[in-house]
Amino acid sequence: MTALSVDGVTVSFDGAPAVDDVTLSLEPGEVLGILGPSGSGKSTLLRSIAGLERLDAGSVSWHGEDITAVPVHKRGFALMFQDGQLFPHRTVAQNIAYPLRIAGTPSQARVTELLALVGLAGFGDRRVTDLSGGEQQRVALARSLAAEPRLLLLDEPLSSLDRELRERLAGDLRRILDETATTAIFVTHDQDEAFAVSDRVAVMVDGKLRQTGTPAEVWRRPASAEIARFLGYTTVLDGDAALVVRPRGGGPIALRPAAVVVTHDGPVAATVVRSTPAVDGWRVRLVVPGIGEVDGIASGQHPVTAGEYVTVRFDDDAIADLP
Amino acid sequence: MGGYRHPVTHPTRIKPAPSTILAIVLGVGVPAAFVGIFFAWPVAAMVGRGLFVDGALDLSGFGDVLARPRTLRLIGRTIGQAALASVVCVVLGLPIAHVLYRLTFRGQRMLRALVVLPFVLPTVVVGVAFRTLLREGGLLGDLHLDGTFTAIVLALVFFNVAVVVRTVGTTWEGLDRRQEEAARVLGAGPVRVWLTVTLPRLAPAITAAASIVFLFCSTAFGVVLVLGGTKFGTIETEIYLLTTQFLDLRGASVLSVTQLLVVVLVLLVAARARGRRTAQRRVSSLQSRRAPRLGDVPTIVVTLLVAAFLALPIAALVLRSLQTADGWGLGNYVALGTTGSRNALVVPVWVALGNSLVIAVQATVIALVIGLAASLVISRRPRSVGLRRSLAGFDAVLMLPLGVSAVTVGFGFLITLNTPPFDLRSSPVLVPIAQALVALPLVVRTILPVLTGIDDRMRESASVLGSPPWRVLRDVDLAIVGRPVLAASGFAFAVALGEFGATSFLSRPDRPTLPVVIFRLIGLPGGDNFGMALAASVVLAAVTVAVIALVERLRVGTMGAF
Repeated sequence: MTALSVDGVTVSFDGAPAVDDVTLSLEPGEVLGILGPSGSGKSTLLRSIAGLERLDAGSVSWHGEDITAVPVHKRGFALMFQDGQLFPHRTVAQNIAYPLRIAGTPSQARVTELLALVGLAGFGDRRVTDLSGGEQQRVALARSLAAEPRLLLLDEPLSSLDRELRERLAGDLRRILDETATTAIFVTHDQDEAFAVSDRVAVMVDGKLRQTGTPAEVWRRPASAEIARFLGYTTVLDGDAALVVRPRGGGPIALRPAAVVVTHDGPVAATVVRSTPAVDGWRVRLVVPGIGEVDGIASGQHPVTAGEYVTVRFDDDAIADLP
Repeated sequence: MGGYRHPVTHPTRIKPAPSTILAIVLGVGVPAAFVGIFFAWPVAAMVGRGLFVDGALDLSGFGDVLARPRTLRLIGRTIGQAALASVVCVVLGLPIAHVLYRLTFRGQRMLRALVVLPFVLPTVVVGVAFRTLLREGGLLGDLHLDGTFTAIVLALVFFNVAVVVRTVGTTWEGLDRRQEEAARVLGAGPVRVWLTVTLPRLAPAITAAASIVFLFCSTAFGVVLVLGGTKFGTIETEIYLLTTQFLDLRGASVLSVTQLLVVVLVLLVAARARGRRTAQRRVSSLQSRRAPRLGDVPTIVVTLLVAAFLALPIAALVLRSLQTADGWGLGNYVALGTTGSRNALVVPVWVALGNSLVIAVQATVIALVIGLAASLVISRRPRSVGLRRSLAGFDAVLMLPLGVSAVTVGFGFLITLNTPPFDLRSSPVLVPIAQALVALPLVVRTILPVLTGIDDRMRESASVLGSPPWRVLRDVDLAIVGRPVLAASGFAFAVALGEFGATSFLSRPDRPTLPVVIFRLIGLPGGDNFGMALAASVVLAAVTVAVIALVERLRVGTMGAF
């Protein structure tokens, strides 16, 4: 059973397609992460599903029923923006109660329950302008969930927050979506975030969906070198160069820096070109005969300097197969 | 993925609901019809009188009227007077804006209120206050400034310095101090920082403020009429004289057209400047303000001197109103219950005050309904470039009544609204409508920036959460704009209360407003009349100040900024 299906949707701005013939579907209860660099059209796709954009072509259906012509407010969805867009003239509780009042089912108990769900119990009477960024996003999430939307759309909900808070909220978000069994689409440019929250991810580049799959599938087998680079794989190898890494063969591969590890007695010799300290050791740039320059890492116990001769081993966990 | 491509020629569109279309039609239609019937038509009729003779285009009127030495002198004086006053306003306004919007100290709110006060005082009151101050035996009578060019420029500055302070101040308040600090760290001295970092960012606001001040000054009526009499006229007072005294409608019309051209030109400059200003990112005033330092002493001194200059005429007015032929007392106020010496008035002054209040309430309601509807429409950002342009044009049209002479409007009313279906000449609705026109641009300028400041995604949030369009309008737009609307109504009320230019044309003899009565009283001196005019001015000023004080409590930053 398919909950949402998006079929051939195209949205253009001044003639240039921002979303280009996108087709995707979503199962009930599933969380789909749409991952793409900024300007890839992912937010526009989300807005199209919400009904905020005019489609130049294509359709959006909910449980088989075409809702392309249904106005935004009658879709029963919810959309949460990067900066929350809370109503500044209402308190925290009034913001959360807003969709309930529209639905004609105001409930103080429900508001209290939602506040507890997002970890803000007792914040009901605060002014939203007095909240921190992270608290505002929690309120926005509670407001989005209040009316139990059929589909929750999240547009970079964590991007405006600092790293530590973002990681913690990503975990909370996943937990809350699970607890409420909400069907959701989550847009982000951060692969860690996408993988932490989503059941399935779709990679979007230049207005087109390039790859869809579980986080592990996309991670292990990016559909193209371009996607691999976007996912943090810094080196792409094929032919003889790939054979240096995998002597048994197997086609083109992509390496993250962590794939090339400096060790005492590795199988392959290399020369250090550059070495930069990092929190957990060293980021290095190496010349490996038969490959050329690659990024690698060295552990904290073995400081390396430019010009040094070292040996490296390859870590399969940080290597992806390319088609 | 991909596969079947949908035909691009038949896009699926979300059709706007009928209610949305209705709302747009009402939002554009009602304000457009109002401005069309009560502004464009009368003004166009005025223009027509100058350009057409017996149905044929005839520009000879321009040659005749503009060749008169008197006309040339008047045009020169109008422009010179307005330009001089604008420059003085900017020069004095900048240091005051700095002190009132970039520093923070005790008593700042009081000082701000004092600086804004003159702008909302009725023109007639200011004229009377300056006369009291400058005439023989007045507080500054020894300077012999009564009835001079200097007196008029001083009065114009008195009025308009607030425009510069507010417009530049609200921009300045939002400028990030760190840009100046960055320049200082890079080695620029204070003067250089001011010239290369601060001034360029303030320039659009300064241009906008200066052009608006120029506009107000070049169309000033009441104050010039009271202070300059017939000797120091402007185009505006000349239109009044030609119409009411010499019945030279053609000449008046030619002058109106000339004035209109100048006004449109200046408004274009102002609109350009405003357009550029929006690019600035604003910060909260908490980040931009600091406590005064030693280096601020010169600007603080200027501010205090100007404050004294602003307080002086008001103090003189109040003091003099308490002087009667028998010494100090409330005699002048008691006399407000009479019709004056030599029966100068048809009704007692208190009745005129009652008329003024009723009419101002009516004008406020009209200006608010029209202004709010128009602002809601103009604040939309349609995707189509053409539609966006038309909205910008609509915005500019609504600003026009600000600059087009009230006398032209009043006169235009008389020559157009005298035939069915708009035979309103003797109707009591004419005065409130004219006052509403004058207040309309102020209402729009107070409300519109707040509406355009609302992130579209906030409306979208409400929409996605299930709000139909009318509810989005109510819960987002109207809820956020509530306080500014309240402030705008107070502002509109104060402006309507003091409106003199158009009202002097339109008010019926048996139902005069307070400014009209005051002007009548100073025109017929002798007996208690002058004292009554002073007392009436104080009463009018007091009511205005009370309203504005209430409005100030709402702390709406956009009020009175252009």
